[in-house]
Amino acid sequence: MVTFEVEDHDGNRQPIEAPDDMGLSLMEVLKASEYPVLATCGGMALCATCHVEVLEGKDGLGDATDPELDQLEGLPEMYDTSRLACQIRISDELEGAVFKLRGEDQ
Amino acid sequence: MITTDICIVGAGPVGLFTVFEAGLLKMRCHLIDALPQVGGQLSEIYPQKPIYDIPGYPEVKAQELVDNLMKQIEPFNPSFTLGERVDYLAKQDDGSFVITTSDKTKVHAQVIVIAGGLGCFEPRKPVLENLENFEGKGITYMVKDPEQFRDKKVILAGGGDSALDWTIFLSDVAEKVTLVHRNETFRGAPDSAAKVFDMANNGKIDLILSSNLTKIAGNGHLQSVSMKNKAKEEITVDADYLIPLFGLSPKLGPIAEWGLNIDKNAIEVDTTDYSTNVERIYAVGDINTYENKLKLILCGFHEAALMCHSAFKYVYPDQKLSFKYTTVNGVNAF
Ligand SMILES: Cc1cc2nc3c(=O)[nH]c(=O)nc-3n(C[C@H](O)[C@H](O)[C@H](O)COP(=O)(O)OP(=O)(O)OC[C@H]3O[C@@H](n4cnc5c(N)ncnc54)[C@H](O)[C@@H]3O)c2cc1C
Ligand code: FES
Repeated sequence: MVTFEVEDHDGNRQPIEAPDDMGLSLMEVLKASEYPVLATCGGMALCATCHVEVLEGKDGLGDATDPELDQLEGLPEMYDTSRLACQIRISDELEGAVFKLRGEDQ
Repeated sequence: MITTDICIVGAGPVGLFTVFEAGLLKMRCHLIDALPQVGGQLSEIYPQKPIYDIPGYPEVKAQELVDNLMKQIEPFNPSFTLGERVDYLAKQDDGSFVITTSDKTKVHAQVIVIAGGLGCFEPRKPVLENLENFEGKGITYMVKDPEQFRDKKVILAGGGDSALDWTIFLSDVAEKVTLVHRNETFRGAPDSAAKVFDMANNGKIDLILSSNLTKIAGNGHLQSVSMKNKAKEEITVDADYLIPLFGLSPKLGPIAEWGLNIDKNAIEVDTTDYSTNVERIYAVGDINTYENKLKLILCGFHEAALMCHSAFKYVYPDQKLSFKYTTVNGVNAF
């Protein structure tokens, strides 16, 4: 299990515990935790509605892929810390990370 | 006013196939979509992605499926209103409806079919003070009629393919075109990006890189747009139009206000004919919900067929419908 924090659109932070051995994406964990993540394309890096900002723990994540950057750069707001939640795999590297929801809610 | 038998809200794959099923029963259709092109999610989100679960096609690209659906419904001559969102619905005394769009187009129909998918694809908007005040008064999120920009000063914002394509296109129409992009490079098609850099070098357009929009100003109509670069230097450029092109995102939108039973952004239907709680209004495809609903194109097609057989009674109240295979009569236009 790995524990990281999520900051919602209103600025509330909460810890989330997620299994790191099931190949889940951050988007799937956010949805399962009932965060209002739209995730229109179901995790194919095609819609950018699962946009998050990595406030802490960016180094453990590796670089964004080209399709991920393509989507992020199409958004009205993109930060140096922007990522697509569906492209982030849950692994022990996320321990202690902090994500801020930036994408569109349902 | 446009008059038709069935008005279909949404020209995604399911809305398009509804025209075919309706056409077989000699019912005419008019389709309305908020997007400037048909195809719904297939054309907007994943045109190049292969689809594997359409019967008879081991593999088909999403856009190719849309093109084929258009070909398939051609004999029935449907009419279209594209680039307009359906806003209002008014029931008439005889049970029929009049639909009104965001551009005040009116369509009179005996039956309404909502094939609205995930909802309306709405433009993603930049965060700018007073943005709403200038919408339709200089700010527009879609190029419907390029002539609108003839001899005007136009600023485009964005770094994707549509920002590049429209910059190239409008450079021959507008008095002056400025493209503002957040980064130094473009991730759109390399050819288009190269062309845009070329045009900037030759002074045909102004290219403002590594900059974000900060302010809009004007007196009733847009007059200028300000932007800041990474060094926090702000510049202001005169403009008649600003076209932010940051992609689209779906929202349920006005359909939510029509008195239909809605559960989690989807319309509840009766699975015998996909009718809603309001007589003469049906909902098919991704926008409806029922027990065990699967959001698949295939399921939407099935729903469209059953729905049309049910709608027949409203369009031809004096006739009895007897089911025949399509192969019995062929595909006959009206
Ligand atoms: C990435 C991705 C991959 C997919 N892959 C598959 C697959 O392989 N196989 C499969 O079967 N399905 C797949 N799907 C699902 C499939 O795309 C949907 O089931 C299908 O698009 C639903 O069609 P539709 O016609 O109901 O709605 P949509 O395609 O969503 O079209 C609805 C249309 O209605 C319009 N609209 C809505 N409200 C209004 C309004 N008020 N006024 C005017 N217009 C309006 C919208 O602009 C839109 O164009 C995939 C979806 C995604 C996102
Ligand atoms: S869910 Fe669509 S890009 Fe992540």
